[in-house]
Amino acid sequence: MSYNVDEKGYYGQFGGAYIPEMLYPNVEELRQQYLKITAEPEFKAEFDQLLKDYVGRPSPLYFAKRLSEKYNTKIYLKREDLNHTGAHKINNTIGQILVAKKLGKKRIIAETGAGQHGVATATVCALMGLECIVYMGEIDIQRQAPNVARMKMLGATVRAALSGSRTLKDATNEAIRDWINNPVDTHYIIGSAIGPHPYPDMVTRFQSVISEEIKWQLKEKEGRENPDYVIACIGGGSNAAGTYYHFLHEPEVGIIAVEAAGKGIHSGHSAATSKLGKVGIIHGCKTLLMQTPDGQITEPYSISAGLDYPGVGPMHAHLAETGRAEFFSVTDDDAMKAGLELCKLEGIIPAIESSHALAVLNDKKFKPEDVVVISLSGRGDKDLNTYIDHFNF
Amino acid sequence: MNRIEQKLQEDKKILSIYFSAGYPNLNDTVQIIQDLEKSGIDMIEIGLPFSDPLADGPTIQASSTTALENGMGSEILFEQLKDIRKTVSIPLVIMGYFNPMLQYGVEAFCAKCAEIGIDGLIIPDLPVDVYADEYKATFDKYGLINVFLITPQTSDERIRFIDSVSNGFIYMVSSASVTGSSAGFGSTQEDYFKRIADLNLKNPQIVGFGINNAETFKQATQYAKGAIIGSAFITHLKENGSSKIADFVKAIR
Ligand SMILES: Cc1ncc(COP(=O)(O)O)c(C=O)c1O
Repeated sequence: MSYNVDEKGYYGQFGGAYIPEMLYPNVEELRQQYLKITAEPEFKAEFDQLLKDYVGRPSPLYFAKRLSEKYNTKIYLKREDLNHTGAHKINNTIGQILVAKKLGKKRIIAETGAGQHGVATATVCALMGLECIVYMGEIDIQRQAPNVARMKMLGATVRAALSGSRTLKDATNEAIRDWINNPVDTHYIIGSAIGPHPYPDMVTRFQSVISEEIKWQLKEKEGRENPDYVIACIGGGSNAAGTYYHFLHEPEVGIIAVEAAGKGIHSGHSAATSKLGKVGIIHGCKTLLMQTPDGQITEPYSISAGLDYPGVGPMHAHLAETGRAEFFSVTDDDAMKAGLELCKLEGIIPAIESSHALAVLNDKKFKPEDVVVISLSGRGDKDLNTYIDHFNF
Repeated sequence: MNRIEQKLQEDKKILSIYFSAGYPNLNDTVQIIQDLEKSGIDMIEIGLPFSDPLADGPTIQASSTTALENGMGSEILFEQLKDIRKTVSIPLVIMGYFNPMLQYGVEAFCAKCAEIGIDGLIIPDLPVDVYADEYKATFDKYGLINVFLITPQTSDERIRFIDSVSNGFIYMVSSASVTGSSAGFGSTQEDYFKRIADLNLKNPQIVGFGINNAETFKQATQYAKGAIIGSAFITHLKENGSSKIADFVKAIR
């Protein structure tokens, strides 16, 4: 079985491009060009050089000794938190800005929830001297003030999404509407492995540098390329897709996906799409999504703004359906505890998104000889206020 | 023959109105349809509201949100429309996004439309390629016309493909925008309207998006068979309730 996208843009039954005709020329142009552009030696050289000198890659694969002792297994952390701008998001925005330049686009739009993808997009637009407009839900603008300030400092315009529930899903709608209104000069940098084909595959390829590095780094440290498990949190699923990519077809590697259970899967305040979702269409893609019986998309909840999305990328919907990945859901409380534990044991303050992946150590028992790689997708600076409120520091 | 095809054979320009079902009040749907027919409207697009209407501007988004808050949904809409053919004879089209139809079941949705006397569907986020491969047979089985959109950016080649898959009419989006823009039509639109007319397609074209008064209606129908008014009518409903529909229609033609 293949877990990669097929030539029609599907992962099993998931994926495709369910877009209004107004978007067809842009999405079709991208579909025809993305593989060609990204395969050019010139593109690859520029992408690799920027990842190295600007982002700071390779990101370390760090053996977490004290965490390993506590859980009696061998735990490695893939340190995406050490990237420039503090998360994995920049791997994708570097790739897409280079594609946008190749396509001759002059104006960049993006959506953002927590602001991490917005900051990563504003950053690469500053780097390339392109106009940048970031859509962000009005409520998120209030919740994530420091990232709003960062984007502005980087020269981006932040536009409030005032429709619907005024969070990530609505910011994505507004970005898509902007693209409909500006069909010629604009490229839309989607921030996760979601959206119409070819976005999920393109984003996955840019993020796949994560698992490419894990392979040679692990070879150096353990004498083998394949770990026993890879673990990542899933909002839309971009850090997870990158972490899994080179292991998808290595059956001895267990794949673990972690969603946000919020206040509990059945509390009515959750983002555990693989448990609560049904097949549907969101943002141009057929996938699992949280919805009413009548097909209206429902509002997810998680303490972590980056996991607060009512769908999952189509690749992950397929991994869930086929059983290739094991899905866990972690509550706000358990994620926050796991985050604090990493601070105390390893001196690393993780993003709350990444803390969800760490919390699986309490839910699944690993063998002492197992090699477990966890994607530490981002750093916790952006989350200090949430940590402070939660623990009353 | 389907009521849409019949209507399009009449020697006149078609004036069609879109509104969101369940707006301004949940149970206004049937009354609005009846009043529109009495006012001389040729065809009606009944909007099935969706939580995330990607192709719609603020006016239709807001009416959809209100309709959903009022409790509108597929089941209720079908219930409201079950006797509509006892009083209304003009073509009726349901316009909505694909996900609610997918959840209802595409075949069940089509069957229900046929039972009630709905003549066609407009589903902006169901691409023509997917429709042709997976759903056309079902729509044909129930005698439903599925209407596709073209825009100023659609290539001639693709327009010809869409024309070949379509019956009824082609929905010609007036400009590169979501619904509800009110910039008026300039020479760019006129060139586009002419270009499409010159393609001599087998299906007539009806223009939508940005038609909001007698002038834009006239411009749009100079080359095309008809035009659809959405946001401007919803704004009228918002300001006047559902009582002065005839006045709105009179002001257009
Ligand atoms: C640090 C971090 N991790 C994970 C995510 C979730 O996104 P994805 O599922 O695309 O990796 C985000 C999104 O904002 C993030 O900032």
